[in-house]
Amino acid sequence: MLSSILSLLNTTLMYSAPLIFGAMGGVISERAGVVNIGIEGMMTFGAFVGASIGYYTANPWLGFLAGGLAGALMALLHAIASISFKADQTISGMALNFIGPGLSLFLCRIFFSNQTMTDRVPNKLPKVFNVIDITVFIALAVTILLWFILYKTKWGLRIRSVGEHPAAADTLGINVYKIRYLSVISSGFLAGLGGASMTLAVVAQFTPTSISGQGFIALAAVIFGKWTPQGAYGACLLFAIAQALAVSLGGGKIAVPSEIINMLPYVLTIIILILFVGKSMAPKASGKPYDKGTR
Amino acid sequence: MQTTVKILKRPFTSTVIAILCGLLVAGIILSISGYDPFAAFSALIKGIFSRPKYIFKVIEKSTPIILTGISVAFAFKTGLFNIGAEGQYIMGSIAATVVGIKLNLPPVIQVPVVILSGILAGAIFGAIVGFLKAKFGIHEVITSIMFNWIAFYFCNFIVTSSEFHKPSSARTVSINESGFTMLLYKWKNTKEGINCLKQNKWLSDIVLKTDLNYGIIIAVIMAIVISFLLHRTTLGYTVRAVGLNSHAAEFAGIGVKRNIVAAMTISGAICGLAAALTITGTSPHAIYQLTMFENIGFNGLFVALIARTSPIGCIFSGLFYGGLSYGGNSLQLDLGIPSEIIGTTIGIILFFVALTGVVPMLADRLAKRGNKNAK
Repeated sequence: MLSSILSLLNTTLMYSAPLIFGAMGGVISERAGVVNIGIEGMMTFGAFVGASIGYYTANPWLGFLAGGLAGALMALLHAIASISFKADQTISGMALNFIGPGLSLFLCRIFFSNQTMTDRVPNKLPKVFNVIDITVFIALAVTILLWFILYKTKWGLRIRSVGEHPAAADTLGINVYKIRYLSVISSGFLAGLGGASMTLAVVAQFTPTSISGQGFIALAAVIFGKWTPQGAYGACLLFAIAQALAVSLGGGKIAVPSEIINMLPYVLTIIILILFVGKSMAPKASGKPYDKGTR
Repeated sequence: MQTTVKILKRPFTSTVIAILCGLLVAGIILSISGYDPFAAFSALIKGIFSRPKYIFKVIEKSTPIILTGISVAFAFKTGLFNIGAEGQYIMGSIAATVVGIKLNLPPVIQVPVVILSGILAGAIFGAIVGFLKAKFGIHEVITSIMFNWIAFYFCNFIVTSSEFHKPSSARTVSINESGFTMLLYKWKNTKEGINCLKQNKWLSDIVLKTDLNYGIIIAVIMAIVISFLLHRTTLGYTVRAVGLNSHAAEFAGIGVKRNIVAAMTISGAICGLAAALTITGTSPHAIYQLTMFENIGFNGLFVALIARTSPIGCIFSGLFYGGLSYGGNSLQLDLGIPSEIIGTTIGIILFFVALTGVVPMLADRLAKRGNKNAK
């Protein structure tokens, strides 16, 4: 009994880490007023670059960092489009969801002898006490750090004000564009870390299905958690528990087809949303480009 | 000067600019990777146009994404982001398949029944999302994403169930022949028909080697109908009013909640139609076990965005998408270029579509400068 609970817990934490990184990326970008629907694409690219660098350097930490930077690079594109060009943030985010997987697989075929998956990395990221991925703790640390920054520092106040009322922030001498650029780029960095944590800690290679929907689930977790780091963290954890339950209940242990059990996390999320979570309130200026001249 | 500004301000112009820029960047990526972009481009064009079969294959592949594009575009007009098109499509295909297998009526009844059941399943799935948004204020993006996965696993449940599973395969059995919507289907399966077709090189290439079906005609009709609905009816007016400014719409006495549900229902119904037409119109007339999403709904997002949410525009952007993805196969076959470059190109084009929102602004500035100089 105890061992099955422990294994459930372990699976939960394992599933949660990539989601949490992605969700924190979503929180910071949306709090600064830029909708980031491209988390999925950034995670995919981060997962690929992370695994490739991890493979070629045999250093998983270098791979992890490179994954983050790859995500940040994609986010820079999103920032240029949505902040400088005042583009539609949904379109440019969606574009990244096409570019991320496309470019990853294209490069993968070039660097890994025409295969759509990378070779296995020689060293995975270490596990704490030999059981729990270290990324789980990094994800928790990132959440606490982000909470601290957002609510306890002047930088956080600036980020939130830029997301709620950029014009007012501007009149107080806050550089709206700079704050938004920094937020979106860190958003991509975190999403990239999330992707890399999938391919360097959970599994040891990049495949076309390494990132399949985690970015969108992270996006849902952001909304579910009402745009707060702690809320999104809880949402990711809840989702991961449901996922772990589905895994441990599956495999013919109970008389329900595994396809039905696999629906559990998604059905559960909807039920919880209906029962406990009221109307979600997005940051006011989220999704609206800021134009200096307008009032 | 005035005409230049006017042309620049047309959405069509900025879309063309975006497509050209996207192709240019894709070419640069290819040449950095050591491939010849011009050879790639000509292989792509050849892979789309060089044989009548290819052209009709492109049309066949484009039909469902034109429709999912229209669906997404319609939801956009109400200010809803229907990322759930994928799930609505899957549910539509499940319903059409199940009904098509279970019933065997004369074709005149069977075809409409199968297609309507697909439409109904998609509509219900869309309506639930709309209802949850209207009643509980749950963001449609979350529910849609969750419902996509529910549909995904439900599909696999149906495929693997002993009732519908085709032994030693990863799909269900095919629907009954009375539900097929292929053109000249009888000709294909009789000796006289085949002989007759063989006399004409074009006809035999098209009819015998593709799943020629009515779908595209219905897709075009749908584009016109939805366009009419949006711009010439009360429902369309209220839907657009809610999308532009829901507060103002509410103040004017338009039922915002009712419109959200209505818009999601219609959007879902179109996805269901897309799915049902695929099941009835293309072999093997069955659903497969899914290992990942087929992306027909997600690609509808691209189609709708490239068309700048115009239903009529979706026909062209859908064909464009279908052409790129079908022609992309020949890049891999002829030149060994990873076909994933197509997905990348599509993303880059979309990115430029986002950027070219700036073109009309630049045009304004150009016009201002022109006026100043004139003075």
